[in-house]
Amino acid sequence: MNILKTTALVALMGSIAIPAMAEQRVLKLFTDASDPAPKAAFEQLVKGFEAENPDVKVEVNTFDHEGYKTAIRNFLTADSPDLANWYAGNRMAPFVNAGQFTDVSDVWEENGLKDSLGSALKSMTIDGKQWGVPYTYYQWGIYYNKDLYKKAGVDVPKTWDEFISNCKKFKEMGVDCLTTGTKALWPAAGIFDYLDLRTNGYDFHMKLTGGEIPWTDDRVRAVFAEWKKVLPYTTKNVAAIDWQDAVSNIVQGKAANYVMGNFAVATFKDGGMTNDTLGFMDFPTINPDIPRAEEAPTDTIHIPAGAKNKEDAKKFLAYVAKADVQTKMNETLGQLPINKNSSVGDDPFLQAGFKILSTADGGIAQFFDRDAPAQMAKAGMEGFQEFMAYPDHLDAILDRLEKVRQRVYKN
Amino acid sequence: MSEPHAETGTPAPRRRRLNRKLAPWLFLAPGALMFLIYVLIPIVESMWISFFQWDGLSAKTWVGLSNYLELLDDDAFYTSLKNNVIWLVLYMLAIPFGLFIALFLNQTVRGIRIYKSLFFFPFVISQVVVGLIFSWFYAPGFGLFFELTKWLDGTGIAILANPNTVTYGIIAAGLWPQIAYCMILYLTGLNAVAPDQIEAARLDGAKGIKMLWYVVLPQLRPATFIAVVVTVIGALRSFDLVSIMTDGGPFGSSRVLSYYMYEQALSEYGYRMGYGAAIAVVLFAIMMIFISGFIWKMWRDERGL
Repeated sequence: MNILKTTALVALMGSIAIPAMAEQRVLKLFTDASDPAPKAAFEQLVKGFEAENPDVKVEVNTFDHEGYKTAIRNFLTADSPDLANWYAGNRMAPFVNAGQFTDVSDVWEENGLKDSLGSALKSMTIDGKQWGVPYTYYQWGIYYNKDLYKKAGVDVPKTWDEFISNCKKFKEMGVDCLTTGTKALWPAAGIFDYLDLRTNGYDFHMKLTGGEIPWTDDRVRAVFAEWKKVLPYTTKNVAAIDWQDAVSNIVQGKAANYVMGNFAVATFKDGGMTNDTLGFMDFPTINPDIPRAEEAPTDTIHIPAGAKNKEDAKKFLAYVAKADVQTKMNETLGQLPINKNSSVGDDPFLQAGFKILSTADGGIAQFFDRDAPAQMAKAGMEGFQEFMAYPDHLDAILDRLEKVRQRVYKN
Repeated sequence: MSEPHAETGTPAPRRRRLNRKLAPWLFLAPGALMFLIYVLIPIVESMWISFFQWDGLSAKTWVGLSNYLELLDDDAFYTSLKNNVIWLVLYMLAIPFGLFIALFLNQTVRGIRIYKSLFFFPFVISQVVVGLIFSWFYAPGFGLFFELTKWLDGTGIAILANPNTVTYGIIAAGLWPQIAYCMILYLTGLNAVAPDQIEAARLDGAKGIKMLWYVVLPQLRPATFIAVVVTVIGALRSFDLVSIMTDGGPFGSSRVLSYYMYEQALSEYGYRMGYGAAIAVVLFAIMMIFISGFIWKMWRDERGL
């Protein structure tokens, strides 16, 4: 009875309230910011925007992170919000090509974003137009156990040869030099990306993920040759390990190095590591003649083609792109702002990341599964996983990837 | 008898006859409608989609049979098909194991119900939980099974990381609840075994295996039939365990057709609806072979009665 009354009352109030609020415009934002930090960052962002635009009300609809990837395909075609979260690079290409995202080049032009968000311009551009606004990224690199380095009496390596010679020391101690967990496939791609960026450079890597270079090319083989050097020192059975389990290998001192993204720092610290025991280094140099490129996946906001309130949505994008907004938002996220005029918090890992990313003159890659189209990414990452377990299958793996390449990029 | 009625023109019997014809269809209608909307039409639709190239967003492109031609040249498809066959064969073990446990539990001992429910327990818990438990059991580094093999051979066997063992590891996990299921079917069947026949056989000197083979098993035929049906279908639609335990890995070696279909059509790296639909059609064709076999047998049995 009570519930009935309340519902009736609410409905009644709603019917009175709606006409009264008619002047206030509504902006619907769909996001996958379901983890605590991203959620807080988005709440903060929305509050700030509403304070600046009192006539607009932002309705946020938060999806579960994994489920969002499926949901976005449905809501873009069925019932579009005015704004939606997504990723830069090839990940947005299917939606751009299917005409599901709005061209926002004018927002970039009017707000001088080509300068302030310059580092992400390439990954936001398709057909010479920009299709969204990036608000955060984070660096990849090698996280290591400082205590083990001390115990082994080795220095943090600058070159790949030094890295491998350190590995021999670690092996004598009974410690895995490199660990990873490739059950979910993508951690293996991080290693491949860096080996390729250091062996062949950014342009080659982009052409390879863009389907312009055959996988059977000798330069690709050279990457795997470098990888093979570290395989004897890599944790066994990585195909059955989750990436979080590999984190505990570092925490427990069973392994020394881990190629990972900055989001893992929270997991390392949950495991009991501190700024004194956890170290971060840039991936070592392999070919010194190649300009240093880095890997930093970028998160973005887009306006779906079916948005009802595009005017305010563009205002929102301009707001997200502002230097101070990105500073504040990324403090909460624990990640790096894209805007070059933003500042970074005093977290040592973020400081290090900001330094290596802002000085990466080679270019900034997104990540294998965002630079390559989905089907190529899947086949590629499976190939990397197989290579780590059976390096002598390399020929068969490359032939298979070449077959996939010829099919995927055909259209 | 009905002649006088017909002459007087009373419509009652005709209506009754009509009702008798109509009634079953009326009762069937809601179910049939559901079946049509949620089963038959989607089947036809899937077949139709399998002739297109479609990412679920843009317009569909007619590609004819090319999805099927691609399947013929797809290693991953053959891996899935092979694994499906392995599943089908090994899953059948659930039937003899289930029978054995049922015979073992079919006694009148104090507290037997507790034992029965303990044996039935794995069927009650969700497949997802079964998958998680077994992944931990196999996990390199801390799993019980891994530690056990490490103690035996020094290095340890990571079942789920090895393409040669991974499918067997998952099937073992799947057998656990499936054996419990078959056991319940047989326990119910054993209740219906006629005690006088057992008694008569015993007087004739039958015991042990002979008693089982010639007296008990023939009476359990209906239970066996159902056990075969649910096990075959269970093996062919195996999906959840593969998804939970390995995601089809390492490098796709534990895929089965249903998982491969999901990967191609709906997963993060897929969205090839046409290709996924083509796989679904192949799986459907395989299932149809078994299902029509079962239906044919049931129909024959029923006519024999």
